[in-house]
Amino acid sequence: MTLKRAFWILGLVGLVPLVAGLYVRFTTHPDPTNLGSVVPWGLWIAQYVWLAGVAAGAYVISSLVYVFGVRRFEPIGRLAVFTSIVALPLGLLTVLIDLGHPERAWNVVAFTNIRSPMAWMIWLYGAFLLVVIVEFWFLMRRDLAAAISLPGWRGRVAAVLALRSRATSEASRAADMNKVGVLARIGLPLAILFPIGVGTLFGVLSARPFWYTGLFPVVFAVTALASGVAILALASTIFQEGWRAQRSLIVDLGRILLGLLILEPVLLASELGVGIYGNDRGFAASVDLVLSGPYWWVFWVGQVAIGLVVPIVILASRLGRDPRFVSAAAVAALVGFAAFRLNIVIPGLSPEEIAGITRAVDDPRITSDYFPSLLEWTLAVGIAGLGLVLFGLGEIFLPLSRRTPAGEPRA
Amino acid sequence: MDLIRLTSRRDFLKHAAVGAVAGSLAAQGAVAAATAPERRHRWGMVIDTERCVGCESCVIACKVENMTPPGVFYTTVTHEPLPGAPSDKPVFMAKPCFHCEEPPCVPVCPVNATYKRPRDGIVVVDYDRCIGCRYCVAACPYGARYADFGDDYELLPAAGQAVSPEYKQYRARVPGASPIGNVRKCTFCLHLQDDNGEYDRDAGRWPACAKTCPGHAIHFGDLDDPESEVSRLLRERNAVRLKEDLGAEPNVYYLL
Repeated sequence: MTLKRAFWILGLVGLVPLVAGLYVRFTTHPDPTNLGSVVPWGLWIAQYVWLAGVAAGAYVISSLVYVFGVRRFEPIGRLAVFTSIVALPLGLLTVLIDLGHPERAWNVVAFTNIRSPMAWMIWLYGAFLLVVIVEFWFLMRRDLAAAISLPGWRGRVAAVLALRSRATSEASRAADMNKVGVLARIGLPLAILFPIGVGTLFGVLSARPFWYTGLFPVVFAVTALASGVAILALASTIFQEGWRAQRSLIVDLGRILLGLLILEPVLLASELGVGIYGNDRGFAASVDLVLSGPYWWVFWVGQVAIGLVVPIVILASRLGRDPRFVSAAAVAALVGFAAFRLNIVIPGLSPEEIAGITRAVDDPRITSDYFPSLLEWTLAVGIAGLGLVLFGLGEIFLPLSRRTPAGEPRA
Repeated sequence: MDLIRLTSRRDFLKHAAVGAVAGSLAAQGAVAAATAPERRHRWGMVIDTERCVGCESCVIACKVENMTPPGVFYTTVTHEPLPGAPSDKPVFMAKPCFHCEEPPCVPVCPVNATYKRPRDGIVVVDYDRCIGCRYCVAACPYGARYADFGDDYELLPAAGQAVSPEYKQYRARVPGASPIGNVRKCTFCLHLQDDNGEYDRDAGRWPACAKTCPGHAIHFGDLDDPESEVSRLLRERNAVRLKEDLGAEPNVYYLL
């Protein structure tokens, strides 16, 4: 209970910076970010990559249930799909606030350039979001239909969400699950392509040696899956029946997370090692920034110590059998992935593309230094808060748990 | 029976999808090939670093001509010593957009807002279509693209109302309206072209940086015209282009 309350307080407090930040973002001139023309992407794009990874990773876990029939994970199947539903619109929001002309976002559909990896990503985003929403509706339909009979606002909300569907029989449930099966089979390849698409978006830019590696799509796919597993371990600790009821399941998630986290240094070492050995100047400049630049601690403390050492030690030791520690490891891993994302986006952009270009003019927008502005932090925190609130609302309005009968008040 | 029907339908959909993608690609290519105007010029520059004194007149001339705000420089002059050179004597290098033959910034644009003009190869930005995602800024290997974040020079009384002749669009500078929020870049001062897309050096309709350079270091002209000054310089002198290995085929050459 206390965990859930802390969660709600965090979420609702987060809404304040969201609203204030959005207001400032769209009314202040000039642009109140610290972005410029050397580092044109920053905190928000890193947050986008993080959210996209979480969405795709959580969905892949749900497909264990709905594609591969792993009954073990059935209790969190819906939660996993719901995590995607929350993370995907938040990701859109981070990109939207980053655009110079968000009011023209529709152009990406109206004037799609089929050669642009960003355009591929946009269509993939749309397709994935659509599949996830429809699949989730079929997962929830019977419970929503059953909840219509509840008195008061719960019943009314359920009636709206059920879209007038009233069948509550086992047969209708079986028909729903058939559709879920089909949708999950469409969704799984989309979910796998999703982080690969993000990695491609960065990886194709030969102008940025740090990003220009064939390993990028793979790195993104693996870390996305890991972050999805981590967030599910955390969410199933807080939500539904909580960690007491989901002990073994959370411990299992911890084992999967451990396996994926062990893979991460392999990928990191391949990526950094090959680049360092090759001694490409641009690549070396980025690696120097990551390992020993002004924000060295993002890598050594955030990515390595908190993101890898702490969770691996917890999960590989006896502590990994306690769901509370698994969940702590998951939090550490998620913080680590945030550092990971920052360390992809910013050091990749920071080095001068032409030697001396930042010294040629004296301008705060033409500099290799980037630290997010107050507004950037505010909105990033606000979007995180919105995520918590959406998660919490889902917990209240949607029967996310398989075991709890719809709408039954929870202890 | 059901399975067979499902399989064949799935196959059909798959083939239809593949066909549709291939068809649309082919159609797009065909339409582009059929409707593209004939290439008439390959505008480019030959910049003589030996003649450059680093006065940055080109930077100022460009700013005045295009009325660019702070943070937006269609040309800059770097002054770095050559790596490995015996002295720390700087090499001055004016650096406009290179208007590459294979511009890496163009294919990445999600909305086709930036493109290479088929007639003369100038890489331009459609301010009304650009969504300001800045993917092209990341994709340009030469740092030639600048995002307009809406900053203004404090000391200019006209800030907020300054009108830029860019693209012959004469846009007033109003918060929230393009080109604020867009990505901007050197246009080879194409607003100085006449209706036939020709420059006229004697009439002063010539890129501002080249026109202004007191040392005559910036030479502008048609690289496809063997009689042009730039073609002659490329024949007579040894020229280099930056980052040849990326295959962007820049149209700006440097004489060292």
